[in-house]
Amino acid sequence: MDSIVFYLFAFITVVAAVGMVTLRNPVHSALSLAVVFVSLAALYVLLSAPFIAAAQVMIYAGAILILFVFVIMLLSPGVDRGVGALKWQRWFATVFGVALVVELALVLTTAVLPATRGSFTPERLAEIGDVQAVGALLFTDFLLPFEIMSLLLLVAMVGVIVLAKKRG
Amino acid sequence: MLTANHFIILSAILFGIGVVGVLVRRNPLVMFMSVELMLNAVNLAFVAFSRYLNNLDGQVFVFLVLTVAAAEVAVGLAIIVALFRTRATVDVDEISSLKG
Repeated sequence: MDSIVFYLFAFITVVAAVGMVTLRNPVHSALSLAVVFVSLAALYVLLSAPFIAAAQVMIYAGAILILFVFVIMLLSPGVDRGVGALKWQRWFATVFGVALVVELALVLTTAVLPATRGSFTPERLAEIGDVQAVGALLFTDFLLPFEIMSLLLLVAMVGVIVLAKKRG
Repeated sequence: MLTANHFIILSAILFGIGVVGVLVRRNPLVMFMSVELMLNAVNLAFVAFSRYLNNLDGQVFVFLVLTVAAAEVAVGLAIIVALFRTRATVDVDEISSLKG
């Protein structure tokens, strides 16, 4: 059952990702990206991480994608001309992209990576709740990064206002 | 039976598609979307490791990545809008000079 769900959503994700890269119209790319985000959220549920799945739908499919569509509408850049200044670039990029995928997959699946095993099995998470467990971790072990994140968002907000403001 | 390797290979494929997207597309908006795709691929690897090591640190990391991605998109899109205002183009090949 899990395998069927995994292969279904993995297939949808990869097809939508390829569509995002190949479709000429930026609006179509943005819609494909929405499909990628939502099917990744389904995979997070499969990995027993419902909190991350919800955050994915809210932040990526909600906030970030709306921002993209908004800017596309604002600029209306039209259909991509396609070929850039370097004609070979597309083929080189595809070849090296495939090489990168093979390399990453080989290294990550065969290497013995040092790792710390924890105590949060899916059964235990179902018992105490994923949101509670992640929240407790955020406010204890990761308190400093959490506070820095709020500062980062403030800096981003100020930066965007400065950048988008009309000069004069 | 699903293992961590299934998710890691999917993550590698998505990362590769993102890299190719950044390299072949000329529209900075779509290049930016490809960067988001790469971030998502890394998030998937984090959550997969988190699940199969029974360690929640990975999920916290994904939360941090989500925040950084949100900030990055806001600033990046503001730069693209500012660029469009001064150059009236969204094609990275035509934006080759550093000074206005």
